[in-house]
Parts: sequence; C-alpha cells; structure tokens
Amino acid sequence: MTDTTGIWMYAVTEAGHTADLVSTATGVAGERVRVIGEDGLTAVVGTVPLAEFGADALTRNLEDLGWLERVARAHDAVVSTLGRRIPVIPLRLATVCLDEHRVHEILMQHRREFTEALTLVTGRTEWGVKAFADRKTLSEALTDANTGDAAGGSGTAYLLRRRAQLAARESVEREAAARADDIHERLLHRAAAGRRNPPTDPALSGNPEWMLLNGSYLVDDEAADEFRSEVEDLGKSFAGIRVELTGPWPPYSFAGAERIAP
Amino acid sequence: MRYADGSVDEERRIALIDLLDRVLAGGVVVTGDVTLSIADVDLVRISLRALISSLSTLSVTGDVPVPDGTRNGR
Repeated sequence: MTDTTGIWMYAVTEAGHTADLVSTATGVAGERVRVIGEDGLTAVVGTVPLAEFGADALTRNLEDLGWLERVARAHDAVVSTLGRRIPVIPLRLATVCLDEHRVHEILMQHRREFTEALTLVTGRTEWGVKAFADRKTLSEALTDANTGDAAGGSGTAYLLRRRAQLAARESVEREAAARADDIHERLLHRAAAGRRNPPTDPALSGNPEWMLLNGSYLVDDEAADEFRSEVEDLGKSFAGIRVELTGPWPPYSFAGAERIAP
Repeated sequence: MRYADGSVDEERRIALIDLLDRVLAGGVVVTGDVTLSIADVDLVRISLRALISSLSTLSVTGDVPVPDGTRNGR
C-alpha cells in the first residue's frame, strides 16, 4: 500500500470462503481481486492506481464512456461472479478507499446495515422489469375496454364507441400510469421487495418507446420461475404494453440501508 | 464502445444503460472521509453527460435530465 494506490471496493459478503471464490477474478484495473475481513464481514477489494482511480482522475475518466463502460462491466463481473455463489452486497461504483484501514472502518461502522442487507438478499435475486407502451395501440385498447358490450351496429353503440375513443385519447396517459401501477403491484406480490426507478431517458437508451415502468424486484430464488411467468403473462395482459425482463442481477437496487433501516 | 460512429449496437447499448442504472444508482454508498468522496449525485450526472456526449445523432442542449429518487445514499 503506497500513496499512489487506493482500494477499490466491489462488494461485502459474510462468507468465510469468499477469498477462494475471488482468487481468480480480475478487477477494474486488471488487478487481482482479494478480500479484507473484519469481524465476520468480508470486503471484496482490489488495489488500483490513483493515477487512474483517484478523485481527480475519476472525475475525468467517468466522462469517458469507453472508460466508464469498461470499468462498469469489470466491476459488475466481479460482483456477479460472486453473487451467483454467495449472498453479496454490491458497493456503488467508484468507492475507493485510500488505505486498508479505511476498509476495516467501513465494515465496522456499517456492520448493522451490511448484515441486515445480507439477510434481505440471501436466497433472493434481483430482476429488472420494464414496461413500454405503444400510444396508438393502447388508445385503441382503451376504447374497446370503455365500450365493453356496447359493440354493435346500433346508433347508441356508435355513440358510446365514439365517446369512448375521445375519452381514451384524453385519458391515455392516466390509464397508462394506472396500468404501470397495476403491473408493479402484481410483480410486488411475487417479490420480497420492489422499487420503481425513473424511466430511462430515451436520449440515453436510444429507445424511443414510451417507458411506463422501470422496476427492480428482489425475488426468492425458489419463486423465480413464477415471477418470470408472471412477467410473461403481464406482457400478454394489456394490449399496447410490452413488458421486458432483465437479469438476474446482483442486488444492486436492494443494497442500500434506506430499505432496510426502519 | 464509443457509439459515436453511427454503428450503434442497440442491444448492447440498452444493456449498458441497464447496467449503469444499477452500478451508478444502486449499491451501498459510503460517504464521509473514508472514500475519495465522489458524490453520488455527481457521479450519475457525470455518467449521463458521458452518455449524451457520445451520441452523435442527438444534439442535446441545456441541462442533462438526471433521474431522481434512484439513489441509495444516506
């Protein structure tokens, strides 16, 4: 440990054999990944050059998408590899300590949060679910739903249908939001925890579709199949709404204390 | 990697967005003098700027919209 290196933190675990599981892993700087233990908790770390990962360098490098992608994937590779074998709590990208002593301090100071988070994620996996709406199809579907049994050739049916069309056009945003709430609720029933993130900006994703839901769900591994079929069903339930599943993910969205501490 | 030459691999980019969504907005945040104190908010903002500036097909002006409420910071 010198002034020119820092310690990049990947994850925290409580398994005694974590060291064996990361012994062949390579980190964000191409370094050998290792562990630092403190009273039953294990930090998975790597020694990185401050020339690339110090505060100033990070500020610069994080603006370079190529660098960011490489580092994000390397960070995730370490966390995911470990997460497939044992419960892990990922650290936010770019958590760099100046020396090992500080890693010990973090494990000590946040011991309760780490332990509670580990309890929460044990035997569970994070899945991402996104719902996208096609405005036109959704509007038509709403019209159909609003007219219900009124379909037919009579003048009354026509008027009802026309009124429903207009109402649907006006209320499509509101209805879409309600559908998204619905989907989220149904997924929550199949999950131990769930949270909705803001929709991804189309400018970033390059996907012009209208994103209704950007959710993350922590699902019991035993219930993973049911969760997946629920997602599939939801994808077929609402005309004009496409549902997409991503994962399995390490519990990135369920690692924070805010959902654990009362 | 740069996505600036127009030959954007859509799937790969969307997958990258999903990943960045998680590694930049999720995970445990440790604050205080134990780290190099990269503020989490800044980190997200910076990464979004990096993404936006890499998209040659879009001319983005003004402030980069930053998703709110995704952070686990305490």
